[in-house]
Amino acid sequence: MPTYFEKKQLVTPGEMLAEGDYIAGSNTYKENSKIFASKIGLADCKNKQVNVVALRSFYFPKVGDIVIGTVKEVGFNGWTVNIRAPYTALLRASDVLSRPFKPQNDELSQVLGGGDLIVAKIASYDRAHDPQLTVGEPGLGKITRGQIIKVTPTKIPRVIGKKGSMISMIKQQTNCQIILGLNGVVLVTGKNPDDEVLALAAIQKIEDESHTSGLTDRITQFLKEEKEKTGGNKGE
Amino acid sequence: MNEKPEKLIDKKGLRLDGRKTNELRPVKIEVGILPNADGSAYIEHGKNKILAGVFGPREMHPKHLSRPDRMVLRCRYRMAPFSVGERKSPAPSRREIELSKVIRESLEPSLFVEYYPRTGVDVFIEVLQADGGTRCASITAASLALADAGIPMRDLVVACAAGKVEDKVVLDLFDIEDKVGSADVPVAFMPNLNAVTLLQMDGILTPEEFEKAVAMAIDGCRKIYDLQKEALKKKYVILEQEEEVEK
Repeated sequence: MPTYFEKKQLVTPGEMLAEGDYIAGSNTYKENSKIFASKIGLADCKNKQVNVVALRSFYFPKVGDIVIGTVKEVGFNGWTVNIRAPYTALLRASDVLSRPFKPQNDELSQVLGGGDLIVAKIASYDRAHDPQLTVGEPGLGKITRGQIIKVTPTKIPRVIGKKGSMISMIKQQTNCQIILGLNGVVLVTGKNPDDEVLALAAIQKIEDESHTSGLTDRITQFLKEEKEKTGGNKGE
Repeated sequence: MNEKPEKLIDKKGLRLDGRKTNELRPVKIEVGILPNADGSAYIEHGKNKILAGVFGPREMHPKHLSRPDRMVLRCRYRMAPFSVGERKSPAPSRREIELSKVIRESLEPSLFVEYYPRTGVDVFIEVLQADGGTRCASITAASLALADAGIPMRDLVVACAAGKVEDKVVLDLFDIEDKVGSADVPVAFMPNLNAVTLLQMDGILTPEEFEKAVAMAIDGCRKIYDLQKEALKKKYVILEQEEEVEK
């Protein structure tokens, strides 16, 4: 029952990773008791489970995910929302109004219009139905300020870091609030635009270098250097 | 170029472009070169120059073409008007439509289509310059573009042709050999699964010659597969090296 890779080795689709009594984890598949990679990524093995952390991916909806989406269209009793997935998500009017929706009382386009950004949770999704969103929880709803950046969805865990080390460090260094949409959209809200730009630059750097090691330290350094630079400019 | 050459293989056993009978043309592959596409690849296979771009998986339009149980793969193979000696009409020809179908069918077995119901993936293949064996080079590039888009797949698909020229079985025919020679056998192949996804033949071969041609083409596929993997990895390896320099 050997494995055919070193920890964090770059593997391509179709590469044989292990043979025998192993479990096929994410981005792998099993055939004739052999495990193969199905995406380009970094291979890893924990407790007999072989995983590949994909370097290229797209977002696929899962119930419970927090996502950031754009309102596409105002419909008769709800909105259609683009969540950067292969399906258009639906947001029902009664969910947003938190009471039954009556067309004679409420004008939907005044609540949310086309192009508005929302933070939402995926309430339901299965193979046969498009995902349904909900905003009926604290922290969810229309985005009124801040800046967004789009990253590859698989890199969101890297932005969070080990037990949230990376994200809390960025928050602390830049004084920004950061909301991560699992569909690869990140919202940054700070007290002033300079902080936001700095946080965005750090996240962009994570995206570009996500497959390298020692990233948290380098991002810390990067943020400190950048802060010194801008701080120096203000002094002049 | 339009005149028929007298000998396609000289006394030394070398072909018109100086290759041996079992030698491939030089292949150069790049991945992820179109920022507007979800995945992309560019291949130079001898004088062939081909771009492949992938969009998706996304909502299928028109909607009636989507399938409730699977992802739909759509391919469009197209030759640029300037890709061949005589201007090619930009309207899709019978040949282009057929090749689109053939390429789609050779890529589909590599994908997990049942994972993503009601969605569609579009593959666009643009032949910028053609010199024989474009369908094979297109499949090689399109498969890489799909991998670059992050679409899960069983294996990369790689394709290569073999054929018969002057009573000899040769690997990887180019334009003149293809037109003057007596047979052409394109093969698409998934090396790790040892599965053939495309097998065509035009011309006449004896059963022995056919078997030899297929074996030769598969051998060629394996060689291109190594280049294919290398090209896919290259994008990320460059960054790792940069990091070492920083330290």
